[in-house]
Amino acid sequence: MEALKIFFSDYTIQIVSMGSALLGIVSGVIGSFAVLRKQSLLGDVISHAALPGIALAFLLVQIKDTNILLIGALIAGLLATGAVRVIDKYSRIKFDSALGLVLSVFFGGGLVLLTYIQKIPNANQAGLDKFIFGQASTLLKKDVYTVLIVGAIIIFMVLLFWKELKIVSFDPEFSDSLGISSKKVSFIISGLIVASIIIGLQTVGVILMSAMLVAPGVAARQWTDKLSIMVLLASVFGAISGLVGTIISSSIQSMPTGPSIVIVVSVIVLISISFAPNRGLVWRQIREMDSAKQINEDKVLKSLYELAINHKDPYHSHPISVIKPIKTKGGKKTKQLESILLALKKDGYVEVEGGNNWFITRDGLDYINNHPILKEE
Amino acid sequence: MEENYIIEVEDMTVAYQVKPVLWDVDLRVPKGILMAIVGPNGAGKSTLIKAMLDLIKPISGSVLFNGETYEKQRKNIGYVPQRGSVDWDFPTTVLDVVMMGRYGHIGWLKRTSKEDKELAMEAITKVGMEEFAKRQISQLSGGQQQRVFLARALVQDAEIYFMDEPFQGVDAKTERAVIEILKDLRSRGKTVVVVHHDLQTVPEYFDWVTLLNTQVIESGPIETVFTEENLKKTYRSTGKVLRSE
Amino acid sequence: MSPQLEIQLIAVIVAVACSIPGVFLVLRKMAMMTDAITHTILLGIVVVFFIVEDLNSPFLIIGATLVGVLTVYLVEILNKTDLVAEDSAIGIVFPLLFSIAIIIISKYAGSVHLDTDSVLLGELAFAPFDRLIINGLDIGAKSIYSMGIILIINALFVGFFFKELKIATFDSGLAAALGFAPTLIHYGLMTSVSITAVGAFQAVGSILVIAFMVGPPITAYLLTDDLKNMLFISSGVGALNAILGYQFAALVDVSIAGSMALATGLTFTLVFVFAPERGIVTVLRRRKLQTVDFAAKSLLFHILNHEGDENEWLENGVDTIYNHLNWKRDFLDDIVAKLKREKIIVEKENILKLTEEGRKYTISSYEDIVSSFKI
Repeated sequence: MEALKIFFSDYTIQIVSMGSALLGIVSGVIGSFAVLRKQSLLGDVISHAALPGIALAFLLVQIKDTNILLIGALIAGLLATGAVRVIDKYSRIKFDSALGLVLSVFFGGGLVLLTYIQKIPNANQAGLDKFIFGQASTLLKKDVYTVLIVGAIIIFMVLLFWKELKIVSFDPEFSDSLGISSKKVSFIISGLIVASIIIGLQTVGVILMSAMLVAPGVAARQWTDKLSIMVLLASVFGAISGLVGTIISSSIQSMPTGPSIVIVVSVIVLISISFAPNRGLVWRQIREMDSAKQINEDKVLKSLYELAINHKDPYHSHPISVIKPIKTKGGKKTKQLESILLALKKDGYVEVEGGNNWFITRDGLDYINNHPILKEE
Repeated sequence: MEENYIIEVEDMTVAYQVKPVLWDVDLRVPKGILMAIVGPNGAGKSTLIKAMLDLIKPISGSVLFNGETYEKQRKNIGYVPQRGSVDWDFPTTVLDVVMMGRYGHIGWLKRTSKEDKELAMEAITKVGMEEFAKRQISQLSGGQQQRVFLARALVQDAEIYFMDEPFQGVDAKTERAVIEILKDLRSRGKTVVVVHHDLQTVPEYFDWVTLLNTQVIESGPIETVFTEENLKKTYRSTGKVLRSE
Repeated sequence: MSPQLEIQLIAVIVAVACSIPGVFLVLRKMAMMTDAITHTILLGIVVVFFIVEDLNSPFLIIGATLVGVLTVYLVEILNKTDLVAEDSAIGIVFPLLFSIAIIIISKYAGSVHLDTDSVLLGELAFAPFDRLIINGLDIGAKSIYSMGIILIINALFVGFFFKELKIATFDSGLAAALGFAPTLIHYGLMTSVSITAVGAFQAVGSILVIAFMVGPPITAYLLTDDLKNMLFISSGVGALNAILGYQFAALVDVSIAGSMALATGLTFTLVFVFAPERGIVTVLRRRKLQTVDFAAKSLLFHILNHEGDENEWLENGVDTIYNHLNWKRDFLDDIVAKLKREKIIVEKENILKLTEEGRKYTISSYEDIVSSFKI
């Protein structure tokens, strides 16, 4: 395919897709925990809160060194997370409101600092705001190394603290009772989230980092109930999104990278929600229709059963009009009766004779008699 | 045998996936009685009420109140749910919450009147919460919150009341208040259906009982229905319907 | 009217217009929906723009508002599947819509000036320059009128549907049972939020919209228990933040919107710490008083219990009592000193004893506590 050819020939694209894929893995892994702890939007807040951190860092050192700026972002992110926690814990204000407040206030602060910086006659400040919107296409090899190293540390920490992360995410109170401080572990999780956001800022930018943190985990959740598999799947989905998104954006003209990645991961979510076995909506719909069908069939069979046992000849057939109809909520008869009878006939539980007269068969009688609820006392 | 039933349930079947929670439930409730619905856990008691009140979609079945559908009879039906579903940090007082019970009578757009306020205070007094009328709801204990919900239902001045485990986990004061309310309602000709968990108190508090375990085992006056044999049947097992192959 | 005054006027109008629906958003735990909406309305603007190709068309506002409501709708159907939590749903839907918007812009708007920066960040400083001219008469900045209308709409909406909003927010089950269609009310509110976000973000940018919709309401939430008061206080606080923010920005010559957001944070923090009932300071102080009070009473009961005993000198001895109470020495000394000051206990022959007043107080305190146990 054309796209693949481009991929294998273009060095820049390789770098960018590597970086994006790595980012996808990292955010998928740590994002799974954010999703499970109902802290999905923390990433969004941290992304926005990073701005004043970046600006302040620049103000202090006066050079546009990515690493220093990222450290500034890291500190700001941690402060923001702490602020959200304090507001949530020490007042009746709810978590989502705390998120909204911290996001907007920090970002506003960032804007103030940014405009302040722009007044300073220092040519270095140009492009500082590019941090906000991310320019994946300007990803350099050394940036990929940063993602790789920090990402590896993050994943290592997750593996190291796996047990603790698991229990604190599921039941923090119980965890405390066991002596595993949910507070400390929460702090670690927040720190890891902040770190992954920071390294992602440059690739997909502030606004889109939310999706990378949330979507892979949500998609993965649909396929499994085991945490370890979920985290693994999330990392795979993240990697695919990063890779495929980059390839797509490079093969179509004027297609920005970040949004392409988001589209890919959103599609993965959609597919997962619809088709994942057990949880998937498509299967759920099929199951519901199936169970409604079965229950209605059981009812009709039961009514034929009652006609049979109240008659001298159990195999005497009865016209359809005598069989107890299925009614709607308002008490009206539905038209389903005949199709249900046909289905029962196919199973061998009823038989029809002469026109529209029905009777229950031996097998049908057995079915009812062996039924835990339907059989007569 | 009473001809005129204020509640008629026919063929009510509710299922989650393949498991039925209610199966073919028929129920006829005469006017003006206090009826308890009892049964083991998971028997479908709360589900039955919710299905009757349009809060859950049944697979099949119909309910008629005063011969009409729930939609048409909404205003005549009061519901006191189990405590959990409300935000107790909401900036509102006891009086405010009880007045919400009047909104059904007031309708869209119109404001509450002095009369509404008086009716609300009356109901609050009936449940023994007068001194808390201006209190913010988050400052109340569990039993007090339950009494507030009770007052709210009272003020709706409905003909039929449904209550879901009103005695569950409340203090003695609240329990006494609830019983008084029930008796008061009955004396005013109201019909009250209560999901109840405590078998010991059934004969004392209620006139009628419905024994429910996915199906209706038996329903009717306490004297005839609330027997050892029937109770054994009800609490014997919670068999689930599975289409046996 | 000078531009400075106009800017502040616009800001105040925006602040109040935002805080009105904001109160209900906050109470419905939908604060972050504002974040989503303020970003996705971009998609609406972009799509409509490419159809009508006119940046000043009123359809832009309509399209943007519709996309805002669509965002809410999509989040909700995603949530209703029971497979995705609400916050996750928000975190999936809005980046998707926003990405689509950016893709459209990138692919087709290369030459047209749709500066992403200003779309999201807004700039109040320019608002006075966009004037409303009717019949050649300049009656002021356009934003004053557009936001003014939105403010009136919001106020009327909340005014007319106050009790409906109240009951739908507090107990949607009851609202449904009483025939109030909470879904309708919900989408009415979200439409109001959407229009406000659309109208406001041009002047103040998305982020300040969030600040104004969340900040003043939660500030008010810490100051009152009455929904009506919450609305009024919230509006007042919002207006205050707008003016304070502007003054700061004018002084230091920085982003106006950013300064207002900072002001929002500042007023909130002050209230969070110092609010009379719910401020941290009050709460901590109250907790300390309770601890001291309870400790003092325990001490008094102990003294009362061992009054006249054989080993009273040991149990209630000035130097030995702390063994029997298992408290930190300093803490105990403070309590003893306090009780002495209040003439509840005295020291006699190295034993702590109750005064007449003290005994009365101790006995009645004891009875108070025990009687509250009675069922």
